[in-house]
Amino acid sequence: MVERAPESPSAPEDPPAVTGEAGGAAADLASFEGELLETPLAPQEPAPGKARSLWSDAWHDLRRNPVFIVSGLLILFLVVVSVWPSLIATRNPLSCQLNKSLDPASPGHWFGYDTQGCDVYTRVVYGARTSVTVGICSTLGVALAGSALGGLAGFFGGWWDSLLSRLTDIFFGIPIMLGGLVFLSMTGSRSVWTVVAFIVLLGWPQIARIARGSVISAKQNDYVQAARALGAGNARMLVRHIMPNAVAPVIVTATIALGTYIALEATLSYLGVGLQPPTVSWGADISDASQGMQFRNAPHILLYPAAALSLTVLAFIMLGDAVRDALDPKLR
Amino acid sequence: MTQTQAQSPPPSSSGPSPLLQVRDLHVEFHTRDGVADAVNGVSFGVEAGETLAVLGESGSGKSVTAQAVMGILDIPPGRITGGEILFEGRDLLKTPAEERRRIRGARMAMIFQDALSSLNPVLSVGYQLGEMFRVHRGTSRKESRIKAVELMERVRIPAARARANDYPHQFSGGMRQRIMIAMALALEPQLIIADEPTTALDVTVQAQVMGLLADLQREYRMGLILITHDLGVVADVADRIAVMYAGRIVETAPVGELYRAPAHPYTKGLLDSIPRLDQKGQQLNAIKGLPPSLLRIPSGCSFHPRCPVARAVCRADEPPLYEVGTGRASACHFWKELLDGQ
Amino acid sequence: MDSDGAGAQTWQQGGPEGGGPAVAESASPAGVPYAPREAILEVRDLVKHYPLTQGVVIRRQVGAVKAVDGISFELGRGETLGIVGESGCGKSTVAKLVTNLEAPTAGSILYKGEDVTRLSGRALKAVRRNIQMVFQDPYTSLNPRMTVGDIVGEPFDIHPEVAPKGERRRKVQELLDVVGLNPEYVNRYPHQFSGGQRQRIGIARGLALRPEVIVADEPVSALDVSVQAQVVNLMERLQDEFDLSYVFIAHDLSVVRHISDRVGVMYLGKLVEIGTESEIYEHPTHPYTQALLSAVPVPDPDAEAERTRIVLEGEVPSPANPPSGCHFRTRCWKAQEKCAREEPPLTVPERFAHAEGSAHHPSACHYAEERDPIGPE
Repeated sequence: MVERAPESPSAPEDPPAVTGEAGGAAADLASFEGELLETPLAPQEPAPGKARSLWSDAWHDLRRNPVFIVSGLLILFLVVVSVWPSLIATRNPLSCQLNKSLDPASPGHWFGYDTQGCDVYTRVVYGARTSVTVGICSTLGVALAGSALGGLAGFFGGWWDSLLSRLTDIFFGIPIMLGGLVFLSMTGSRSVWTVVAFIVLLGWPQIARIARGSVISAKQNDYVQAARALGAGNARMLVRHIMPNAVAPVIVTATIALGTYIALEATLSYLGVGLQPPTVSWGADISDASQGMQFRNAPHILLYPAAALSLTVLAFIMLGDAVRDALDPKLR
Repeated sequence: MTQTQAQSPPPSSSGPSPLLQVRDLHVEFHTRDGVADAVNGVSFGVEAGETLAVLGESGSGKSVTAQAVMGILDIPPGRITGGEILFEGRDLLKTPAEERRRIRGARMAMIFQDALSSLNPVLSVGYQLGEMFRVHRGTSRKESRIKAVELMERVRIPAARARANDYPHQFSGGMRQRIMIAMALALEPQLIIADEPTTALDVTVQAQVMGLLADLQREYRMGLILITHDLGVVADVADRIAVMYAGRIVETAPVGELYRAPAHPYTKGLLDSIPRLDQKGQQLNAIKGLPPSLLRIPSGCSFHPRCPVARAVCRADEPPLYEVGTGRASACHFWKELLDGQ
Repeated sequence: MDSDGAGAQTWQQGGPEGGGPAVAESASPAGVPYAPREAILEVRDLVKHYPLTQGVVIRRQVGAVKAVDGISFELGRGETLGIVGESGCGKSTVAKLVTNLEAPTAGSILYKGEDVTRLSGRALKAVRRNIQMVFQDPYTSLNPRMTVGDIVGEPFDIHPEVAPKGERRRKVQELLDVVGLNPEYVNRYPHQFSGGQRQRIGIARGLALRPEVIVADEPVSALDVSVQAQVVNLMERLQDEFDLSYVFIAHDLSVVRHISDRVGVMYLGKLVEIGTESEIYEHPTHPYTQALLSAVPVPDPDAEAERTRIVLEGEVPSPANPPSGCHFRTRCWKAQEKCAREEPPLTVPERFAHAEGSAHHPSACHYAEERDPIGPE
């Protein structure tokens, strides 16, 4: 390896010995200037620095984004609470004392009691589990079903694509609220999983459309053609080249959708077609609170579950926004 | 800075006060990786009826300079950190925004590379051309339409009267670029800045559009700044050439002399590295390395890491723009040897 | 040979024979003249029509974009065939057809006598090893989620028989070295490189399987002027080193002249003239070639001043609805009534059939005549 002495001035009669870049290329620049080698036998000094994938770039951006930090911490807290609610709530959400119905806040019961005489604080804490479960499971289901169906339609095209597009249109035509009222009211007992199944059933077309679009645009990139010219099969092209480049919009949409699914579950529960007791749900609690305008006398029974719900939905939507900003290729 | 001293007045402005005089312009961009020094002390002048070609690769600062002159630089991330832009004697950088807006379009106009995205897709071409007269001159609808058709005829669009009702996408690339030229000409500006006007066009169409632009410029006696990366395109239209590298003008010369005897190793390198249509079995002497990142412009002469004649002094001292002949300047410590060697 | 140009100049100071990278081992001995070139690739009457359909539910064909409309050429071993033409003339489609990325509507592509358009499965995969492509846009031709090492090594994943697993990393580093990139960069991602460097990565990937034919579709047009020459020189050097045959597709006539041995000129899906580099550039007989050449600006004001320019009227018609007879007649200053009626075949024009010299080459014009459009009249 020929050492290039950066300090030695190159004489004009020795054109190949170009003075090297002083100090080597700083690798943390957007386009680092590793000097080109005209003479293959004289590779220059390796520039110091790390490899940066687009994902690590995105993570680098996210870490510095205050929106991400705030929403991330909030979501982390929510997840922890929904897995171990007893960490911060020692009472049983289902053991209620009717004689305390609508009692205001008191020491040890900071959020007061609801109509049934249950501790609002405990119920709000336990409600997080329902919301987080519905949100995460629906989103996973929607993302998997949607990106599989949409991705394959986009990749293979043809009649499969036409069929799927029409099917997507049909599902899009169903108003989700009306669908919920009709579909869920027909089911007898409704668990968290019934609601998740319903959301996946009506939610997948949204992701399918996005997955299809981004697969089609990834498919047109020259590197997919290059892989084909090398003799790569469909599986390799999908897994190696198309999916990694098509997944970003799916992730962004799914993250934002997660918040809306939580809100959707609450709305369905509020309308009485969502979760049923004994499942603790913010939506059901809000519904109970608004029965007979009781919240006029005891606003705390509406305020706390509603605030928890809003905060949760907001956190996921903010997270989605932050993720979108970090993954947006236009900023790269 | 020695550079600015050597440059004012620039060698070219021997005549009466030129139409446009840029002095020691500095522009920087704030990016996520730091501050990019896009333009670092650029000075040049353009006289009425003169064509100045600004030649450079991507990242040389040629387009940023043009945008700064036009007043269409995106601020932020861009920022003009120094210099003067004198247009007809007044400093545009000190002119209020509202007045600059009036100057833009009426007294100086710009032609872009991508005509399709520069035209509004939902308005007919005739309407958009007429708009220039309605907005700037307050001409009536009817009259501005007549003027729009006249303009389209002037840029030799066949069947102009009928085509005025067409929308931009109904025109071919060459025709759209003619419409852009018509729009720039509408108010008979004193100065036109054309940023890579023919780069997106096919060779045969490129020749048509370039010829048209040159004819019109002569007819209206406008100053024309032609921004390009193509050494061939400018050879027979430009009067003078300014070669930019890493945000600086490294050489400026009348067109013939620059091609015959370049006084800067970068210019020479460019000329030696492009294949020529009229030469056979030619050797391509590629310039080594890459244009520098504007985030880290090399010390001293910014070209020194790629320069075949670089010496110690090039690393340490930034060469000023030496006057190397009548109307010629070169920012190379060794311009004399370069010229003698040819 | 003119390809022993500047690329070789810098290359040789290291002594390519002595310390040359190991990838070069099996390349056929350099310096052996291949004068009467054996054809490695033969394209016969190649046609590609893209159907134009209407209707949402029931699609029916209402026409076709005749992107490639019957072209034939041969590519000799170790030869560079340049294909030039304006946008929309079908030259990029030719690249996709030859590399088997698209199936032709009709015609055949014979690689060493075997029609590759009829192959599929394993046989196709085997042929693909030998015909590789270099793409125009160095920004979309590399997968942004893969490291340079993975990109250049992917050919070995697809064709594991070429390199045993343990050797791949070394091979990848050799390839990077061959194209003038620092082998230490294997773990970097494409967006960390500039355009010229990315194009080198693309070339390294194309070379990995040691193909015999490389189809390069506008390989330098997206690069900065000062970097173009580096890549052109690199391609010339690699050609000598690996005994490659190139189909070099570009709109830049100067670059094509520089690198090509023979040149074909395309207009609206057809080859209108084909010949050696000097036949096309110094003795063109087709009016389109003449116009095209005269339109190219030369970076020399003195030479420019002496040239006369043929400025063509109008623009290229749509390939969905090309003119009858000779496709070029609508823009041709020589067009006669015959041109609308009769399509001129791509053969040596009758008046030059017995001529000795450079005008004796195929040109699809009824009224072919010689004219030097570059030099002074």
